[in-house]
Amino acid sequence: MRPTRHKSRLPLYAAVFFVGVMSPLAAHAHLNSTGMGPIYDGLMHFLMSPEDLVPVLALALLCGLRGTTYGRRALFVLPGAWLLGGLAGLAASTSNGSAIVSAAWFLAMGGLLALDAKLSLRVITAIAALLGLYHGYLNGAGLGLNFSSAAALLGLIFAVFVLIALAAAFVVQLQAGWARIAVRVAGSWIFASGLLLLGWAVRSSQGRAV
Amino acid sequence: MTKAPKQLLANWSAVLAVVLFWTESAFAHVQKGEAAGFVSGLKHPVSGLDHVLAMVAVGLWGAQLGSPAVWVLPVAFPMVMAFGGMLGLMGVPLPGIEYGIAASAIALGLAVMFEARPPLAIAAVIVGIFAIFHGHAHGTELPPGQSGLLYSMGFVIATGCLHGVGISIGTVHRWEWGQKFLRLAGAIVAMGGVFFMWKAFSA
Repeated sequence: MRPTRHKSRLPLYAAVFFVGVMSPLAAHAHLNSTGMGPIYDGLMHFLMSPEDLVPVLALALLCGLRGTTYGRRALFVLPGAWLLGGLAGLAASTSNGSAIVSAAWFLAMGGLLALDAKLSLRVITAIAALLGLYHGYLNGAGLGLNFSSAAALLGLIFAVFVLIALAAAFVVQLQAGWARIAVRVAGSWIFASGLLLLGWAVRSSQGRAV
Repeated sequence: MTKAPKQLLANWSAVLAVVLFWTESAFAHVQKGEAAGFVSGLKHPVSGLDHVLAMVAVGLWGAQLGSPAVWVLPVAFPMVMAFGGMLGLMGVPLPGIEYGIAASAIALGLAVMFEARPPLAIAAVIVGIFAIFHGHAHGTELPPGQSGLLYSMGFVIATGCLHGVGISIGTVHRWEWGQKFLRLAGAIVAMGGVFFMWKAFSA
């Protein structure tokens, strides 16, 4: 007597699994359906605003040159200060961002990076806190007080965190002398941009055509 | 010709072909604002042959002098040039700008041609003095209605890249034929400077 052969159910399970995996779902391409829109707005605002982005990048590169301890300190101090400044700014009614102050940040951070300044951890912490408070306040004041602004601020701080983590980590592992020099050259370019920005700011304040 | 220079020549030819055939965006509907500012800044330093010659010559000279001049000079030039640009933007007058720019091409071309080897500080001062003229000219020429910050960043990046082009060309200095080639390039830069000086006097 031949033993009865049970048909394997594997193809059936595989088909059900395949249909389940391939079943089309709503794309949620429009961010208003996910509620993530303001977060992405904040994230993109930071990435598209060189007056915010470049000083943070310079600080991250400087911390990377100085080592992991500096990078880790800036990684938490800068976004934390940015959040505090942003929350203070959300409650403020006006923001008065000055091109001269932006130029000063470019000059300071670019200059320190170009010089590969041997700053103490305490000084780097203070600079990170000041940078975060100032730019966070301006961002918060620009957003205004409502729910989506708070979400935008969170997205912005997330972007700051990711940028400083990636940039500092990238520089920390650089061993070749020329690669570290290239980072300092980037600092000199930031400094040079700051000088020109200062010229623009003075030209604007003199009321000449810009 | 040995294999390495052949390979290098092939690589450079490929890079040149890519640059020459690179299709640019049409910018048919450029909004007045930030992107235009960055692109304008990026294009400005390469818009004048007198500036291009001097900036590439700085890279060539740095490559001839070797480390640390190879990075000190290209760092000094954009920084001092930006200082000159700032003076120009502020409306601080500087006499004889066109003569200074032409003289920079002559002096830097001759330095490359004769492979001059002054102390690093003196080389940096020479480069810095000429950079002020270039920066001032750019500063006074800056077009109205642009985004100042993005324009400035594009401008500095383009300047740095021109130095980078000079340094890259200068890598042929390791070969004997390359040294001769660089001297010839220096002579061409110097001749260009003489032409611009003649133009400045005849203007």
